[in-house]
Amino acid sequence: MNSEVRSFLEKHDLLGCVQCGRCTGGCPVTARTDLNVRRVIYESIDEKMLDKMSKLPDIWDCTTCSTCAVRCPKGLKPLEVLIGLREVLVESGMVQSTVRDALESVFQEGNPWKKPRATRLDWAEGLEVKIAEPGEKVENLIFVCCTVAYDPKLQDIARNLVKVLNKAGVDYGLVGDGETCCSSEVYNLGEAGLFEMMVEDNTELLKGFAADRMVTISPHCYSTFKNQYPLLKMEIVHYTHLISELLAEGKLALPKEVSKKVVFHDPCYLGKKNNVFEEPRFILKQVPGVEVLEFERKKERSLCCEGGGGKMWVETESRKERLAETRIKDARALGADVLAVACPFCILTLDDALKAKGFEEEMKVADILEILHEAAG
Amino acid sequence: MSSKPKIGVYICHCGINIAKTVDVEELTRYAVKLPNVRVARDYSYMCSDPGQLMIREDIRKNGLNRVVVASCSPRMHELTFRKALVEAGLNPYYLEIANIREHCSWVHKDKQEATAKAKKLLQAAVAKVRFLEPLQEKEVDVEASALIIGGGIAGIQASLDIANAGFKVYLVEKTPSIGGRMSQLDKTFPTLDCSACILTPKMVDAASHPNITLLTYSQVESITGYVGNFQVKVRKKARYVDFSKCTGCGLCAEECRLADRVKSEFNMGIGNRSAIYLPFPQAVPAKYTVDPHSCLFLTRGKCGKSPKCVEACPAGAVDFEQKDEIVEFKTGTVIVATGFDVFDAARKPEYGYSDYDNVLTGLEMERLISSSGPTGGKLVLGKGDGEYVPKEIAFIKCVGSRDKSTGNEYCSRVCCMYTAKLAHLVKDKLPEANVRIYYMDVRAFGKGFEEFYDRVRREGVRYIRGNPSEIFKRNGKLVIMVEDTLTAKPLEDEVDMVVLAVGLEPRRDAREVIDLLRLSQSSDRFFLEAHPKLAPVDTATEGVYLAGCAQGPKDIPDTVAQAKGAASSALVLLSSGKVKVQAQISWVNEATCRGCGYCVEICPYTAIELVSVNKMGHEVNVARVNEALCKGCGACAAGCLSGSVQQKSFMDSQILPQIAALGGKS
Ligand SMILES: Cc1cc2nc3c(=O)[nH]c(=O)nc-3n(C[C@H](O)[C@H](O)[C@H](O)COP(=O)(O)OP(=O)(O)OC[C@H]3O[C@@H](n4cnc5c(N)ncnc54)[C@H](O)[C@@H]3O)c2cc1C
Ligand code: SF4
Ligand code: SF4
Ligand code: SF4
Ligand code: SF4
Repeated sequence: MNSEVRSFLEKHDLLGCVQCGRCTGGCPVTARTDLNVRRVIYESIDEKMLDKMSKLPDIWDCTTCSTCAVRCPKGLKPLEVLIGLREVLVESGMVQSTVRDALESVFQEGNPWKKPRATRLDWAEGLEVKIAEPGEKVENLIFVCCTVAYDPKLQDIARNLVKVLNKAGVDYGLVGDGETCCSSEVYNLGEAGLFEMMVEDNTELLKGFAADRMVTISPHCYSTFKNQYPLLKMEIVHYTHLISELLAEGKLALPKEVSKKVVFHDPCYLGKKNNVFEEPRFILKQVPGVEVLEFERKKERSLCCEGGGGKMWVETESRKERLAETRIKDARALGADVLAVACPFCILTLDDALKAKGFEEEMKVADILEILHEAAG
Repeated sequence: MSSKPKIGVYICHCGINIAKTVDVEELTRYAVKLPNVRVARDYSYMCSDPGQLMIREDIRKNGLNRVVVASCSPRMHELTFRKALVEAGLNPYYLEIANIREHCSWVHKDKQEATAKAKKLLQAAVAKVRFLEPLQEKEVDVEASALIIGGGIAGIQASLDIANAGFKVYLVEKTPSIGGRMSQLDKTFPTLDCSACILTPKMVDAASHPNITLLTYSQVESITGYVGNFQVKVRKKARYVDFSKCTGCGLCAEECRLADRVKSEFNMGIGNRSAIYLPFPQAVPAKYTVDPHSCLFLTRGKCGKSPKCVEACPAGAVDFEQKDEIVEFKTGTVIVATGFDVFDAARKPEYGYSDYDNVLTGLEMERLISSSGPTGGKLVLGKGDGEYVPKEIAFIKCVGSRDKSTGNEYCSRVCCMYTAKLAHLVKDKLPEANVRIYYMDVRAFGKGFEEFYDRVRREGVRYIRGNPSEIFKRNGKLVIMVEDTLTAKPLEDEVDMVVLAVGLEPRRDAREVIDLLRLSQSSDRFFLEAHPKLAPVDTATEGVYLAGCAQGPKDIPDTVAQAKGAASSALVLLSSGKVKVQAQISWVNEATCRGCGYCVEICPYTAIELVSVNKMGHEVNVARVNEALCKGCGACAAGCLSGSVQQKSFMDSQILPQIAALGGKS
């Protein structure tokens, strides 16, 4: 027991915390919920508290946006402490049934949405797509993402990407129906054992492709493969990187004008977590007719939409307006026609918020790929 | 070698530092059995007087001619024990130290294993000491002058002390005026003395002192030589103003085509100056300088029909023909007092410093609030019609300090207090303003500091414990996202102005000085002192000292104290007039040297050169060591392909037996 708890303290460097409050100060959900991650750290130092702490509903408020970790002056990763506590709870088996189902589905079907593995490529029906063959050389291996592959609201993102790549004559191949959840959310939901297993399996699977690099659609897959797959030596890039390259090299023509005012929302998993700020903006600036606006809270100071951290499967209490709604209001106030994103979770949360605010007429939420597809004609 | 070795072995307990982990008695019993050992003793503190006496008496009584001390690192007490040998009439280089503290007792836990290792170390030292040879220490004369690099308060103080002691000083300052950061400050904590009022007299003294040669707008190009005999080359950059003619009237600046259009470094970019300028009214020397980066004539070759400054100057001092000048001189000692830069707040993008004009750094605030500053001391923001007086004002501490994400783990030591000072000055100017300070700790450790902090709090400055995470603008106000950690409440504090208490960092161009003098840096990247406690102003290079913030963040009282310390160290050298040079230097066996010159390339101190000698009727090259320059680093000896360079006290014939002993072949 003692050694286990000691390792929680050591693993998360809890004694390094000076209780400065930078984590809580920047935490997007602290103001809306009961979560106070600084206090969680303070109280978790006492090993006897861990069980009790793991039962706090607050620990599920975290969106894993990483603001706390980026701001911490002492190099702690407060969100990891929360995930660690979720782990404690998951181990005790007392998690919400929605969470349990999602985890079970990843284990059985390779996706958290309880969809059959066999239908993973259904989105591509009627499209000309290239599927990579293990062992066969391909420049860009495309990893689609479970949410994009199965959610009818999001499948267009994948379709648009394929169309754009076809148009630009890019050498690519999809991972195909063997594609299995990157398990970012498995990790965030605290199922460390399953995550480890998925990492092993996925590493094995992806190593089989003779690809120079893997391109992901979701920033969540991007961040996870890049940072949490130590044995996967392949270069991992987000699609905005690939598209920026194509545009910079003149390989992708954008003949059609898209006369819209567009404001870009930085997804946490792209921006705060991985410092990718310029590529999405570069792409938007290349689109003829687009006027690029900026939020006051942009780039390093961007506001989380609350889509990540397992929030798709946990409902938590809130005192104030959802941040996605704040974001929509801000975009509206800027006079934007389009709130552009580059993340499937952001689309889901922001689109919900758009509807909740009743701004569907004036504005829309769209992935950059949708704008790009329109411009490519 | 003279006579048969008779070795004495002295084993130190170092209180319990060694004795706790190493069985010193067992070690002593072991030592007496080693070849050539006449006597072995252990004692609680070998470095103490009785300990040394023990060694001296044994040398006299038992006719010892070699000594091994098993104790702490030679860095601590090698000199102490060498002295003991000398006092007993023995050459000091007949000493070998076995480091059984840092290399043994401090790094091990198991007593048995530690004792076994101590035996090995001791055995190796005994093996080596038998082959040591006596060395003679040479003395050289010391050039009776000092070079001070950096004309901030540290450099000024050190210069004055050395000059007042009667030695010549060359004070080299990079910018057009001496004064450093202190000249930019308004008032100084904790006593609220006006900075200029206490600094200006010292600046003037330094400039008028007969023993001080002031080289402003100058840069040291090279320093060669060694302690006591440095050869210095300084580049005096062209000012394009004839020093002897300029009266400092300033008519040129008034007439300059770029008048009030070039950002003033002194005012941290808040105010403007001309292309020909005096950095600040009290600048010393009070001579104008043309800024080559902005001046139209110098950047484009043309300034209207003819340069206005030239026309305006009644003394005819502006001279665009002026060229850089190289000044060369010799000095015995060098003091590095190059100071600090403030942390670049743009590196913490979450505070919006690059985006918002009303987010300022502490140093900018000093200028804004100073009566000699760009607003004449009026605390206003915005320009022209947009001018406004801030009402809600927040300070944020520890910006770029104590923060691993910026690479600066250290506390900058002055920002707590300058924040308190600035908050007080704000309250003084704008009694109605609401001032709060966001902090994670308040460090008020100096004389009078806690009392000052107390006073500022009672004046109504609110201290809120929480380090802000983010600043953004909403409805024209700055919103600070922060948690009040004492109530555990997240706040969105709306203010008109934020002052970031930026920390102190090493000068961004510190590399230049490092390369000049081969200085080392500590992990915080400031210059490294020779010992953190016992040699805080010395460096690893003999004759080179540190003063002020170049060595680490400090306030003015500490800076001045350290400058006086550095001056005193330099004066010890200057007033003794002689300096001993390293005896354990390298030596070339000319018979086997092939003259390949590899060692010449390796030597970091340019202490080896190739010379032509006659070997059996042939003119051939061989390496030769300049004994004054050689620091005994041993790089050449390690590098020589034919084994012809040997370092005294570390010759192959001496260290091979030592290594063999460690390898277990006893
Ligand atoms: C905002 C702020 C407020 C402060 N307020 C106070 C206060 O109220 N009270 C207090 O006690 N302390 C205060 N301090 C601290 C104080 O500024 C320092 O203690 C002091 O300036 C240190 O002096 P220095 O000579 O070591 O360095 P500096 O003042 O930095 O001077 C170094 C000089 O060396 C020159 N130089 C640098 N590199 C070279 C080179 N290669 N060759 C030649 N010259 C070179 C520079 O141009 C400069 O003139 C404050 C600091 C800040 C940032
Ligand atoms: S930011 Fe880091 S040091 Fe500060 S309270 Fe949070 S975890 Fe602790
Ligand atoms: S990751 Fe984001 S939501 Fe979670 S605790 Fe940190 S700042 Fe808050
Ligand atoms: S030449 Fe022109 S720009 Fe340059 S200092 Fe003289 S007046 Fe100013
Ligand atoms: S002096 Fe105060 S403000 Fe500056 S780094 Fe240290 S604790 Fe922070």
